[in-house]
Amino acid sequence: MGFYLSKSRTVMHNLKPKLGSLGVMFHQSSGIASFSHHQESQSGLIKNLGAGSCNRPTLFTIWRSEHFKAEKQLDCKQNSGGPQVLNFPGGNVKFTSELDFLPEGLEERVHCYRILDENGQLTSSNFVQISDELAVRMYTYMAMLQTMDTIFYEAQRQGRISFYVTAIGEEAINIASAAALQLDDPVFPQYRESGVLLWRGFTLQEFANQCFGNKNDNCKGRQMPAHYGSVKHNYFTVASTVATQVPHAVGAAYSLKMDRINACSITYFGDGGTSTGDFHAALNFAAVMEAPVIFFCRNNGWAISTPVGDQFRSDGIVVRGQAYGVHSIRVDGNDALAIYSAVRAARQMAITEQRPVLIEALTYRGGHHTTSDDSTRYRSAEEIEWWRVAQCPVSRFRKWLEKEGWWNSDAETELRASLRKQVLRAIQVAEQVEKPPVADIFTDVYDAPPSNLHEQETTLLETIEKHPKEYPPNFSC
Amino acid sequence: MAAIVQGIGSTAAPCASSNKFLLSSLGSSLLEKKRNFFVVRSDGKCYTGLNQQQRRAQNVVTNAVATKEEKASAAVGSKPGHELLLFEALREGLEEEMDRDPCVCVMGEDVGHYGGSYKVTKGLAEKYGDLRVLDTPIAENSFTGMGIGAAMTGLRPIVEGMNMGFLLLAFNQISNNCGMLHYTSGGQFKIPIVIRGPGGVGRQLGAEHSQRLESYFQSIPGIQMVACSTAYNAKGLMKAAIRSDNPVILFEHVLLYNLKERIPDEEYVLNLEEAEMVRPGEHVTILTYSRMRYHVMQAAKTLVNNGYDPEVIDIRSLKPFDLYTIGNSVKKTHRVLIVEECMRTGGIGASLTAAINENFHDHLDAPIVCLSSQDVPTPYAGTLEEWTLVQPAQIVSAVEQLCL
Repeated sequence: MGFYLSKSRTVMHNLKPKLGSLGVMFHQSSGIASFSHHQESQSGLIKNLGAGSCNRPTLFTIWRSEHFKAEKQLDCKQNSGGPQVLNFPGGNVKFTSELDFLPEGLEERVHCYRILDENGQLTSSNFVQISDELAVRMYTYMAMLQTMDTIFYEAQRQGRISFYVTAIGEEAINIASAAALQLDDPVFPQYRESGVLLWRGFTLQEFANQCFGNKNDNCKGRQMPAHYGSVKHNYFTVASTVATQVPHAVGAAYSLKMDRINACSITYFGDGGTSTGDFHAALNFAAVMEAPVIFFCRNNGWAISTPVGDQFRSDGIVVRGQAYGVHSIRVDGNDALAIYSAVRAARQMAITEQRPVLIEALTYRGGHHTTSDDSTRYRSAEEIEWWRVAQCPVSRFRKWLEKEGWWNSDAETELRASLRKQVLRAIQVAEQVEKPPVADIFTDVYDAPPSNLHEQETTLLETIEKHPKEYPPNFSC
Repeated sequence: MAAIVQGIGSTAAPCASSNKFLLSSLGSSLLEKKRNFFVVRSDGKCYTGLNQQQRRAQNVVTNAVATKEEKASAAVGSKPGHELLLFEALREGLEEEMDRDPCVCVMGEDVGHYGGSYKVTKGLAEKYGDLRVLDTPIAENSFTGMGIGAAMTGLRPIVEGMNMGFLLLAFNQISNNCGMLHYTSGGQFKIPIVIRGPGGVGRQLGAEHSQRLESYFQSIPGIQMVACSTAYNAKGLMKAAIRSDNPVILFEHVLLYNLKERIPDEEYVLNLEEAEMVRPGEHVTILTYSRMRYHVMQAAKTLVNNGYDPEVIDIRSLKPFDLYTIGNSVKKTHRVLIVEECMRTGGIGASLTAAINENFHDHLDAPIVCLSSQDVPTPYAGTLEEWTLVQPAQIVSAVEQLCL
């Protein structure tokens, strides 16, 4: 009863679907954004494979068992005269007698899409308009993220939680990208994207519970603070490993493609994460498989103490997209409007055209890498100060809101006070809740605990009973 | 975790049923179907198997597999069955599961139109399309990661490592994500992935392609490991692994793919955690798995001629061990010989020795003997390679020593 699925977005004439009922053929449609598409590769994809004609340039086919009819044509040249052309998988390649090496980069860096300048002033109208309601909501959540980060960071310094990761300076990335997505879009975060989860409805109390690892934590006290996950919010649990979530997102996109669901997956990672093997292969895969996934790179200048100059020598991350055959764009990571528009456009492209999209957001890591780091040891306080004040995405957005007449200083004071109170309350409550029971050490390793884990649990309980003073008190069983 | 027999009239449920999130946005093309199957326990009790809690509360089921002495026909039904090779049995199991559940998909290098390096997926891409039987670029860590992502969002992928040794590249994903995410997410995300591939020492494939990954993976919490050795158990374990909600690593052996056997026509699924009684006996318990089973059985012929009565158990489940079956055997024979292909250090035999010593020490009349390969990379030269593997003659001597 299995049904037939094809990965290519083009019509495949050469395949003979045995079960015609659910043959998947995606139709091309253009994205709404004004990116420069590679016109040849899109329009010219496989029309007829059986041709065998020397004159017809045969482009690369997905269905490989048929495509090396092209090998007959490798030696053929165009009859029309003019420069010699090699008919190679992927498209015709012109020959040249110039011994020219491609430079390591373009003369000018790839331009950065931006709408709001540092003063919150619109520089263009080429963006997706948002309603006052949405704008105020976005601002509220950016402020909420800021407040949550500040106070949780303080809590860690006070010794109330052991660890925390702030997203200071990246509030626009967090909130604006989340606002541009739908709840159906699975999110595969690195660890600096708690704002996405916040936007989706994870409450401050739930955040606090996870950080305290208490009984109400939906991860049952199993992970470090800030390693959130919520199936309800389609936000996949953070793992400490770098960039392992990038291939996961491709797998999720594959799943969406198989089920033909009107959604795309999105994954976030930093500049450092792009050096990993997983990043490379995931982009490559997504391109080959034509998977609906958004790769969102938060290029914040630092990977712990490694500046981007020591991380790579390319012009950031955006140029890498082209190497894999992926549409890419560079945006101002501190401009909420630009991010919102870019993610909206990317989502549309990913879903309707069934293709991956790479977004590089240029921003700055305003805080330390985590609470285990002191970034003043490797970067100047002036640099941090400049980015945090002059480029602050939250204040920039607020300035725009105020210019539009949707916000004012009274609303600001009220909001900040309310948020502060809510966060403090969440922490106070979470602190009082007891920790998860011993049994939670052994559940969820498998779907049901096997006998060896039962044995180990019994042994542990016996040990605790025999030596109650060696173990934390109030260990509920 | 008893054997599951598909009831009549049952049909597959849509992929998204496991992920309530996607259910709401399902297109009308995927119909909602009821899943109806019966769980048959070896003690004869029978109940409809949807209540997982109920199933879990019961003890490990023993010997759901028929324990006939002839390994050739383990057919349960009265029909004669059909003959095929082990790799075909794997494919049959795979195909049946793909027919039954549209969420099942395959990914790996050359699995698509090429049909797989060992032909396990031959013909599947033509039948199911090149998306459902997906050819991947050469990036094991990443396509395993992809499989994990797909599994977390409702699919049931089978990731093929062209050779088990290549999965060393996927260790990060297997250990840190596959094994852990169900736990660290508080049970919110499950990873019903099957990772399979051929391993073990082949015929002069060189050191890198002759690895026994079960030793490295056995420590990873959260995964299950099984090793097949006959066409019958290959198909049954493949099906069980696909249906399991846990990540399962299925170890096949390069040299066993062309084993011919007659298997039942009717559908059957084996228990992932159960060992297989190959030959009941009285004098000594020989524990083995995968290819070494055949070396053991060959040695058993000699031993029987010399008047010994070995009990041979193919442990099949490498993680967790079926200590119930093994324990019963030890209590009967009081002597244990483990024969494995792993290296001496840190192999399955080492863990099994520890487990038996811990649990059944009082029942042992002699120290456990473990025959393994030496701690050397597998050499290429045929003679050298043969000498690194446990041979039947060694097994015979070991039994004779043990039974003195």
